Amino acid sequence: MRLRAAVLALLAASAWAAPGDARRSGFEDMGPATQAMQRDDAMNPAMLWAAEGEQLWARAPSASARSCAGCHGEPSSLRGVAARYPAWDEVLARPVDLSTRIDLCRQRHQGQPAWTAEHEELLALETLVGLQSRGLPIAPRPDPRLAPHVARGEALFRQRMGQLALSCAQCHEEHAGGKLAGSPIPQGHATGYPIYRLEWQGLGSLWRRVRGCMTGVRAEPFAAGSIEFTELELYLAARATGMPVETPAVRP
Amino acid sequence: MSLQRSSRRRLLLQAGAAAAVQVVVRPARAQEAPALATLVAQFAGPQKVRAGRVKLEIAQMVDNGNVVPMRVTVESPMTSADHVSEIAVFNEKNPQRDVARFQLGPRAGKVDVATRIRLATSQQLVALARMNDGTVWSDSVDVIVITAACLETTTAS
Amino acid sequence: MAARTLIQFPATARRGEAIQVRVTIAHGMESGFRPGMDGKPIPRDILRRFTCRYNGETVFGAELSPAIAANPFLSFHLVADQSGTLEFEWQGDRGFAQVERRPLQVA
Repeated sequence: MRLRAAVLALLAASAWAAPGDARRSGFEDMGPATQAMQRDDAMNPAMLWAAEGEQLWARAPSASARSCAGCHGEPSSLRGVAARYPAWDEVLARPVDLSTRIDLCRQRHQGQPAWTAEHEELLALETLVGLQSRGLPIAPRPDPRLAPHVARGEALFRQRMGQLALSCAQCHEEHAGGKLAGSPIPQGHATGYPIYRLEWQGLGSLWRRVRGCMTGVRAEPFAAGSIEFTELELYLAARATGMPVETPAVRP
Repeated sequence: MSLQRSSRRRLLLQAGAAAAVQVVVRPARAQEAPALATLVAQFAGPQKVRAGRVKLEIAQMVDNGNVVPMRVTVESPMTSADHVSEIAVFNEKNPQRDVARFQLGPRAGKVDVATRIRLATSQQLVALARMNDGTVWSDSVDVIVITAACLETTTAS
Repeated sequence: MAARTLIQFPATARRGEAIQVRVTIAHGMESGFRPGMDGKPIPRDILRRFTCRYNGETVFGAELSPAIAANPFLSFHLVADQSGTLEFEWQGDRGFAQVERRPLQVA
């Protein structure tokens, strides 16, 4: 009897794994025409940024500095990297996201000044590096140093913010699948950033999207690269663990 | 008595002048663009517009009016003797009626043109094809747009 | 500075085959209707004309309007008959002019 109950429990548990996974990418919430834009690299406008990223990768930023290729070889050598970000940075002793990591690389190893948030060239490099992980499962490292940051990120995800006093969880968990101003509310898995967003008619980072959300609830947005934003992004990566990287995605 | 009336008249004139200065002149673009039917008629000229042969493909419900995939196909052998020379697409309710025009010839092989357009609101779109024999064929689609293009102020998004 | 472009068509084609050509160019296509932060419309700045020439002969032309979305995408077909060059030209407001050339191999 107990054995039967244990077997049934195991079966029930496995139903929560891959076939019964209740998680949905925002890709599923889009119409077929927009999905077609993402599926085909000849139709995905984000590839304009990936192409620029390739050019930047090969170019030394100054006479005395190496290009990205000088240290890393081909962009494909970074396969799997984007899938495990945000990750721990030893020097700063805190997690950083991919965008910050690329900029830190430029500062530390190429002697370049920091780029501002949403700098077009930074987006191009982030797109190029993210593309190398396309199709791989999101897999932030199980680094114990990240654990308190993941927990704080989850707290931020569930915290009511702004004059409208709404939390991420209220829309993206409780009301996912519903509608906001006529548009479907996705679960908010950050699987495809940087994205080409139809609303922007351009490419942007997760930070830009979260800034839009936070402004929307009349909250002061987290600063780009800030520890709060990175913790939220880290929680989102933990929440989406196992889902495939879609970078660069197209979204409405 | 006459002094009071003239000073009140002066006051009223001054008030009227002040009000006139505050009137906002409507910019030219706020005037209505010509009706869709007018543009269709202009394209067709003396030719009758026939429904058929042209297929205009757009999602009935678009994800976002800022970027809407659109495709026009026309049944045509595309030979020197029988081909589509021009395609025009017009809209009903954007700030202006043109969407795009395409020029083709026998070297096209097939008529299958696609682009991405902006739609300010739910409206009708019409695609017209002029054949080398002068005949004009058309197709139209009604599209529902929730998140609109064209008319919103730039926001911090 | 040339605008970024994505140009895709089969590198080789069979003689007589109608091949699909897809092009995208990075351009904001400022419609002229969008109000700026001061409430006044941002002036129009769009691409107006696209032409594709195959060994010098125009095989496809497009007139674009403010209703074309940013980073304009065009897809069309042409019959491959002999090897040569495809030339893509964009023209627009504020004197915008850009030409890209790509080889086409026809077997």
